[in-house]
Order: sequence, then C-alpha cells, then structure tokens
Amino acid sequence: MRTANPRTIVIWTLVALVGATGWTVLALSRGEEVSAAWMVAAALGSYAIAYRFYAKFIAYKVLKVDRTRATPAERLNNGIDFHPTDRRVLLGHHFAAIAGAGPLVGPVLAAQMGYLPGTIWIIVGVIFAGAVQDMVVLFFSTRRDGRSLGQMAREEIGPFGGAAALVATFVIMIILLGVLALVIVNALAQSPWGTFSIAMTIPIALLMGFYLRVLRPGQVAEVSLIGVALLLFALVAGRWVAESSWAGAFTLAPSTLVVWMVAYGFIASILPVWMLLAPRDYLSTFMKVGTIFLLALGVVVALPTLKMDAVTDFASRGDGPVFAGSLFPFVFITIACGALSGFHALISSGTTPKMIQKETQVRMIGYGSMLMESSVAVMALVAASIIDPGLYFAMNAPAGVIGDTVQNASQVVGSWGYQISPEALARAAENVEEASLLSRTGGAPTLAIGVSEIFSEVTGGSLRAFWYHFAIMFEALFILTALDAGTRVGRFMLQDMLGNVYRPFRNVSWKPGLVITSAVVCGLWGYFLWVGVHEPLGGINQLFPIFGISNQLLAAVALAVCTTLLVKSGRLKWAWITGVPLAWDATVTLTASWQKVFSSDPKVGFFKQRQVFQDAIDRGEVLPPAKTMDDMHTVVTNSTVDGVLSAVLALLIVVVIADATRVCVRHVRRPALSTLSEAPYVESKIIAPAGLFPTKEEKEEERGAVASTGA
Amino acid sequence: MRSLRRVLDGVRWYVRELTDESAYDRYVAHVRSGHPDAEVPSRRDFERMRTDRQERDPRQGFRCC
Repeated sequence: MRTANPRTIVIWTLVALVGATGWTVLALSRGEEVSAAWMVAAALGSYAIAYRFYAKFIAYKVLKVDRTRATPAERLNNGIDFHPTDRRVLLGHHFAAIAGAGPLVGPVLAAQMGYLPGTIWIIVGVIFAGAVQDMVVLFFSTRRDGRSLGQMAREEIGPFGGAAALVATFVIMIILLGVLALVIVNALAQSPWGTFSIAMTIPIALLMGFYLRVLRPGQVAEVSLIGVALLLFALVAGRWVAESSWAGAFTLAPSTLVVWMVAYGFIASILPVWMLLAPRDYLSTFMKVGTIFLLALGVVVALPTLKMDAVTDFASRGDGPVFAGSLFPFVFITIACGALSGFHALISSGTTPKMIQKETQVRMIGYGSMLMESSVAVMALVAASIIDPGLYFAMNAPAGVIGDTVQNASQVVGSWGYQISPEALARAAENVEEASLLSRTGGAPTLAIGVSEIFSEVTGGSLRAFWYHFAIMFEALFILTALDAGTRVGRFMLQDMLGNVYRPFRNVSWKPGLVITSAVVCGLWGYFLWVGVHEPLGGINQLFPIFGISNQLLAAVALAVCTTLLVKSGRLKWAWITGVPLAWDATVTLTASWQKVFSSDPKVGFFKQRQVFQDAIDRGEVLPPAKTMDDMHTVVTNSTVDGVLSAVLALLIVVVIADATRVCVRHVRRPALSTLSEAPYVESKIIAPAGLFPTKEEKEEERGAVASTGA
Repeated sequence: MRSLRRVLDGVRWYVRELTDESAYDRYVAHVRSGHPDAEVPSRRDFERMRTDRQERDPRQGFRCC
C-alpha cells in the first residue's frame, strides 16, 4: 500500500476546498447577484479532483491500461494517419476536433431554467458520463486498431444492433446539420454586417486553398495567419458595408439564406477537399481555439456577476418560451455536448486512436479533452447568465410569442417576471449595430451578446459591436465548415448503404453517385432547415429538443458498446462505470422522446400538438401563434414529421440497447460463445509519459533509454 | 536569452505539429528509416496524396458539432 506524502494531501485538500466553496456559494445564494468566479471555482475544483482520482481509477483499475503494450500508431505506423503523436499535440488535435458549436449553444438555451441546473449537469455529467465515455471509447478503439464506433458495434454486438446504430448515426447527422444551419440563419438574417463577413470567408478560403495547393504546399501556419488577417479585415469591412449603399444586398430574409446555405452545402461538398474544406478547416480551427482561449481569459479577468436567477419558474412549470418541457428531462437534453456528447465517440474511435503513443495517455487525451470541452460549456453558460434576463428572454422567445415590436416584447417578457423597458431592448440592438435583437433564437446571438459584454469589460465599450460580430463570425465559420464536412460524412454513409443495393455507389469517386448522394443529404438537412425557418411555433423551440435527443441517443449507443466491451473483456465487476451513465442517459432521453411523442401538453407532445391544430383546421379556426390557414397546415405537417422522427430514433436506440443487453447476458451465462476482436499484444518500444507533466520515474526511464541507445 | 530561444523553438515546434505542417518531414523520415530504397515523393505530391485520402474517406479529420 502506497502512502501519500503530506504535501500531496495538503494540495488536494485545498483543491477540494476551492471546489466545495464554489458549490456552496452557488447553491446557497438566492436573490443576490453571484460572481461568475464561484462557478469557475466549482468547475475547476471538481474537474481537478475527478481527473486526479476518478479518471486515474478508471484508467489503471478498470481499463488496466498497459504501458508496455504497443498502440496502433506504433505497430501500424505509416507516417500518415497512423503515427505516434506527442501527447500534447494530440491533446490539441483531439480537443479541436471535439469542440464545436454544441457546447456553446446548448448551455445558452438551457439558461432558461436558471444557471444552477445547467452548471450542475455540465460538471457532474462530464465527470461521470461524458469524459468517461470519451476515454473508454478511445481505449477500446485503440485496442482495435482504431476501429470506428459503427464497426465496433457490428463486431461486438452483432449485425442487427450494428445496422441500427449505423442508421441512427445517419439520421442524427442530418438533424445535426439542419439545426446547426438554423442557428446560423437566425444569427445572420437581416444582418448585413454578419452576412457580408461570412460571405467573405468563401473567397478567403479559396485563396488559401490555391496558396496551399499551388504556391506553397503544406505551409499551413503562414497561410492560416494570412487567412486570419483577411478574416479580421472582412469583419471590420462588414461595418462599412452595413453603413453603405450595399447594405441592401447583404440584408437577407431567412428564407433567402436557407437557399444560399443549401446551395453552399451542396457545391462545397462536391468540390475537391483542397479548394474549400481544408483551408476553411484551418481557419475555423484557428478562430475556435483562439476565441475559446480569449473567452476563458475574459471570464477570469472580468469575473462578471450573474444576473439570471439560479433557478427560474420555467424549470418546474415546463412552459418556458425557449424550449418546452420541465427540468427533467429537458435540461439534460438541451445541454447535450458540454456534458455528454455521442458525437465525441466518432472522434474517439477512428481518428485519435491511430495517433496515440501510449495506452496510458487515454486518460489525458480522452478524459482531459472532455473536461476542457465542459469548461467551454461553463463559459457559454456564464455568457448567457450575465446578460439582463429580460433581454435574454426577448432574444430567445419565438416571434409568435413576443411579437415583433419592442413594446410588445417588453410587455410579454414583463408578464414572465423579467422587467426590461422597450428603450433598453432597442438600445441593446443599437449597441451592437443590429436592427433588432428580438427572437434571435438559436443561442448564437445570445452568446455573442454575452461575449461582447465580457470582452468590452476588458477592452472598453466602444468595441462592443465589433466583439458581437466577431463572436457571430466565429460560430458561423465553424458551423459552415461543419455543414460541408458533415454533408461529406453523411454522403459517405449513404454511399455505403446504397452500395448494398446498387454496386457502383460503393465506389466513392463515382461521380454520378457522388452528386446524387450529396444532393440527397443536402436535401434532407435542407428540409429541416426550411421547416425550422418557416415554423410558426419557432424552429429552435421545435427542433432543438430533437437534436439534443439524437445526440444523447448516440451517446447511449457509445455507452452501450463500452458496457458490452467491459463485460465481454472480463470486467463485469466494473461494468457500472459506463453502465450507470448508460442507464441515466437512456432514462433521460427515452423519457424525453416519450414526452415528445405522447405528452398530452400540446407545447411538449408533437402528436397532441398536431391534434390541437388539426381540430382547429377542421373547425376553420386559426390558432395563435399561427396567423393564416397555411401556417396551421405547416404546423400540422411539421409536428407529424417531428413526432415520427422522435419515435423512430427512440426505437432504433432501444434496438441497440436490447441487442447489447442480449450479448452481455449471453456472455455472463456462456462466455465461450463470445468472441473479442482485440488486436494481439505487441511489446512497445516507445517511452513516453502518461500525463501532461512527466513524473520523476518517467523522466528517469527516459534518461535510461537515451543512455542505453547512446552506449 | 538562451531560454527565450528555447521557448520560441518550442512554440514553433508545437504550431508546426498542431497544424500538421510537419507531416511531410515526418513521412520522409518514416520512408527513409523503413524503406531506404523507396522513392520519396515531393512535398507537392505528398500534400496532394493527403487531401486525396481525405476525399476518399471524409471521416478522417471529421470534426464535431
């Protein structure tokens, strides 16, 4: 038994105290304004403890990571996608790949229920579910030469569960793209400044692509610097354009933007990767990492106070304007990526395992990156909670609810108990040089207001409008990149599925197949985008819950695969490590799906909503917020599609979980029937530390290795 | 002065690794060590090969929501 030295005990006691103090202040303050510093303290304290103790326990006691076992990167090194990568570099790669719009948007919407429920779930969820999922998937995929989640599901659970997982992934991808595009449409509509600077990213990316392909191949850092400089210039120029006679050309209605977005998605996805996708990816990664870093700095330097209530009345009543439904299960569904994200399983299997140097590093890469992602979600929640709650609700409630004048909005928001004058609403829009901030749903504009608030506390208020558009640009940039990349991945899956029916589809470079499948994928997400924009009940209000449900259901697939693998690899005793998060996640998501399908509250249940509106149509009535009979028919069609979709997704996941359970039970009863497709043991020759900082023993080992090769 | 130099070199190394600018050097080193007789592609051809690979399987280098 190892005994801890007194210094370690003192340090960890202090860390625990910092975290505990943060939690206590957050939990006990009611009615007074709380500093964001306490949220930061609670988060960082909890992360540190979880990383040091829980993650270490899982890595060494449960997974039994083996530092003498060679990883696929070492065994299959081909100098391209399989190669042992320095752990600090891989941490950057992995974090840049998992961090996206999700953790920024979800917490902003969840702030409707107050900051406390969101904070608790982001921190507790990541520690016990999200980070565990990422690390365990990474570990098992590393033991399987970097197999993807879908392949692992097929090999370890069976063809039936595997196929269900594949179809679910495809559907989830489509919904994800539709909702992300909707977020951007809501942010850019009627905003010439934003639209111009985003439009400029296309020529900038083309230029960068040409530079990298023809002029100086491979010089990524210099071309990215050029790109970022041009991007900032486009951002500044956006203001000039907005104030000039060109403003009209860039002031687009939401439905026009939909057409542009779908056309962009289609064309971008059939162009060669080097032209648009690769350079865009460099730009958005630079901007993403840079902005997240700045935001973290801003929060710590400015330490703003939280103006939102700790828990709002919407949490228990379930009639919130941003999204309907009560705290359980909808706060967990809405936060999604910041606490537990199924999509990360797609990165943790596939790309990262082919680059990891040492099995022992799964804790730092898998668990560590997810803790960083979670801290991004905490910052987004801070940004949403420091703005005036009246403004928050005026920005996030659908136009059908608050109307389209500041007077009306002020009155409706006031009736919910959040006072804000019409003048204050108008001034808030003026400050960021937008025509209006009412019903800018989707989270991105609210986050941008919060970010501009934090940044202008550091830089002074004169830059407020610049920071607002900076934040919009940064989100739009990587959402547009995601549209392109996501369409390609969706197309790849579709080509694979159609290849079973008509062989030529399987050849991914077959041009007709490529164009057809690209068009189908764009058409599908474009449909949801169109629906979202024209939804009288508010697109985000209706679609975001389906997005959250689908992401959490993908997490259920990943956790089911992990649990099956724990059981099959003789770790039955520890199956609860992923089994408990799976049970929780399945309960939350299936409850949410159930309510979305069967609830008798028309705000929550899609079919009840359909029935209410259909009955009104039969009586010849128009129900608000619909304004015309056409609107009424739109609502009926949309609720039917949304309801069927929620039901289908839930069924697919039940199939996966049931199939996984069958495999686990069979293994417990008759272990001989199970096969485990783990790559055989090969001894590792690489010496590398497990954590960020090498321990004394690791340093000595490294010195020893150098000495022996030198001699 | 020397420590500043070391920090700058470190930053440069990190940026090159993170942006995968060093991919070509790594590949050349890999080919030279494993297959001394094999021909090494030019940087231009190598970068083309890399984007073509991504073209064929877009799941490589996919990023999240």
